[in-house]
Amino acid sequence: MLCVKVKIISNKKISQKYFKIGLEAPAIAKEALPGQFIMARLNNGYEPLLRRPFSIHRVKGQGLRVKGEIEILYEVVGEGTEILSQKKYGEYLDIIGPLGKGFDYPLPLTPYPLLVAGGMGVAPLVFLAEEIKKCQSVKVSKCQTLVLIGARTENQILCEKEFKNLGYNVKIATDDGSHGFKGRVTELLEKHLRSTKHEARSTIYACGPKPMLKEVAKISFEHKIPAQISLEEYMACGIGACLGCAVETKSGYQRVCREGPVFDTKELLL
Amino acid sequence: MKTSVFLGSVRLKNPVLAASGTFGYAEEFKDLVKLDALGAILTKTITLKPCKGNPPPRIVETPSGMLNSIGLENDGVKNFIAEKLPYLKKLKTQTIVSIAGDSTEDYAELAKRLNDAGVSALELNLSCPNIKVLKSQSIKESKLISQNAKATYEVVKAVRKSTKVAIIAKLTPNVTDISLIAQAAEDAGADSVSLVNTFLAMSIDVNTRRPRLGNITGGLSGPAIKPIALRMVWETAKAVKIPVIGIGGIMAADDALEFIIAGATAVEVGTANFINPRAGIEIIDGIKDYMRKNKIKDIKELVGSLKTWQN
Ligand SMILES: Cc1cc2nc3c(=O)[nH]c(=O)nc-3n(C[C@H](O)[C@H](O)[C@H](O)COP(=O)(O)OP(=O)(O)OC[C@H]3O[C@@H](n4cnc5c(N)ncnc54)[C@H](O)[C@@H]3O)c2cc1C
Ligand SMILES: Cc1cc2nc3c(=O)[nH]c(=O)nc-3n(C[C@H](O)[C@H](O)[C@H](O)COP(=O)(O)O)c2cc1C
Ligand code: FES
Repeated sequence: MLCVKVKIISNKKISQKYFKIGLEAPAIAKEALPGQFIMARLNNGYEPLLRRPFSIHRVKGQGLRVKGEIEILYEVVGEGTEILSQKKYGEYLDIIGPLGKGFDYPLPLTPYPLLVAGGMGVAPLVFLAEEIKKCQSVKVSKCQTLVLIGARTENQILCEKEFKNLGYNVKIATDDGSHGFKGRVTELLEKHLRSTKHEARSTIYACGPKPMLKEVAKISFEHKIPAQISLEEYMACGIGACLGCAVETKSGYQRVCREGPVFDTKELLL
Repeated sequence: MKTSVFLGSVRLKNPVLAASGTFGYAEEFKDLVKLDALGAILTKTITLKPCKGNPPPRIVETPSGMLNSIGLENDGVKNFIAEKLPYLKKLKTQTIVSIAGDSTEDYAELAKRLNDAGVSALELNLSCPNIKVLKSQSIKESKLISQNAKATYEVVKAVRKSTKVAIIAKLTPNVTDISLIAQAAEDAGADSVSLVNTFLAMSIDVNTRRPRLGNITGGLSGPAIKPIALRMVWETAKAVKIPVIGIGGIMAADDALEFIIAGATAVEVGTANFINPRAGIEIIDGIKDYMRKNKIKDIKELVGSLKTWQN
């Protein structure tokens, strides 16, 4: 974990209110694991006062042309993200990271990962998908990853291409049916689990809005397959000190920033 | 240049402390901050028995500040001594343990156990519900211990009797005249008083018409409270002879200097730790720069050096 000022190497609008920012952060890129996040200070003044948490969306390792980068995918929803969207190439961003406990993906045991994203929830899953790909080519050849992406409407679907480029099967659900399956991504998940013969060796990895995650948890219990979900909570410190980000679990309150953000659905009281 | 200060029997190498509840048990910050450079570290408030804390959401941001309703979540004194204290003891800075209870006996018992465990200074968090403190049940109007001078006196006295450790009485600002409460703590034998804890406050989401905190109300901290805290520290420093520790919205060296000039012997940095983990260290450096620039040899010269319009 480091607190560093890192150089902004790109900050692009993807569509509507979605942006992607690239940061030159070799030390963080080296340590980062899928599911982990950073805390970014978006203003030097007191508005907004607190840092904002963002999942690590992608990591580019040290190479000939790159120094070790991380990417953040974000949606402008308020003051802080609005300020972030206006940052320019060459400016610096004060970040702390990598933080939290990420996804656990023992591929030899569960070679059928099911990545389920709702809205902005795709952010950490792209990093996970890329890491699964790396492990897969080394350790297990039979691994088969399915990605399910849900959004309100067609132009809010994020990262479909990124997942497809990895060679994964991607299925889309939109609330209005403008692209793919009409309905919720969790219905798509149900449908898949009912038809697959690999249910027993699947693991769900999900990120998205709370109601969706609750549904994912329910499905994981009904089908008796493990599920790891990434939670969001308001955060002040992001490093486990303030106890502000508590979530109720079977063993009492736990910190989303430290014991999470990724939790096994079996541990949670949702 | 001398920056060391005394709080009763305890010497601090500089007057900048990390405030209770904003610095965990220090270990959380070890990758980010040179812990040994701080004047002292206050732990999260410890209670006798483990305490679950309040339902989420527990924090919400407000203009230049934040509300929290953590609710003293901690694993109890036994686990603290076994799991957290050994790390703190290894540091080359003072550890001050913050304690709270709901009876005078709780405070005395906590003080004794921590004294036996080798702790040399305690901060009594007196912003706790005044449940079983007052022997004379005639005074029922106050909700928190340090909203009542008599209750404050009784708790400090009980701790004084049970231990020799340095006692800091931490006061709530949710009172009419904080200097009267500070005097009660002084009379009961406190070595210093620290103020302020958070201001009781709330925030509502107009779309859902629900409170933004699970606990409905919480405590306001951060830059928003600084001017009020400063005024309270100034009033208190004039009213007591023991050292006053200033707390409230200290983000940078100038903020700390304001408190010191107003009469604070030391300061605690709280919310700032979340925004800039190195805030405490930068404040120490800033104070030293200021002393150098103004040819101040001993920080004591600065304490209470406020000039009035007459001089
Ligand atoms: C571990 C973690 C990872 C995250 N990763 C990403 C990411 O990769 N990309 C991304 O776009 N966002 C992510 N978020 C959410 C992001 O932190 C918030 O959108 C951001 O803080 C909003 O800041 P703001 O100042 O723009 O909005 P604000 O003005 O603070 O808030 C705007 C609206 O969003 C709500 N909101 C803000 N923060 C949260 C929160 N933590 N939980 C629930 N509601 C919230 C507010 O109630 C308000 O309605 C993540 C959050 C967490 C906890
Ligand atoms: C998240 C949070 C938790 C806190 N927990 C405690 C606590 O356990 N005990 C205590 O005495 N004060 C606690 N405080 C109060 C601070 O120590 C401090 O008095 C207050 O925040 C004002 O200072 P600041 O404006 O610098 O934060 C807490 C404050 C915050 C923001
Ligand atoms: S945000 Fe402070 S403990 Fe999690």
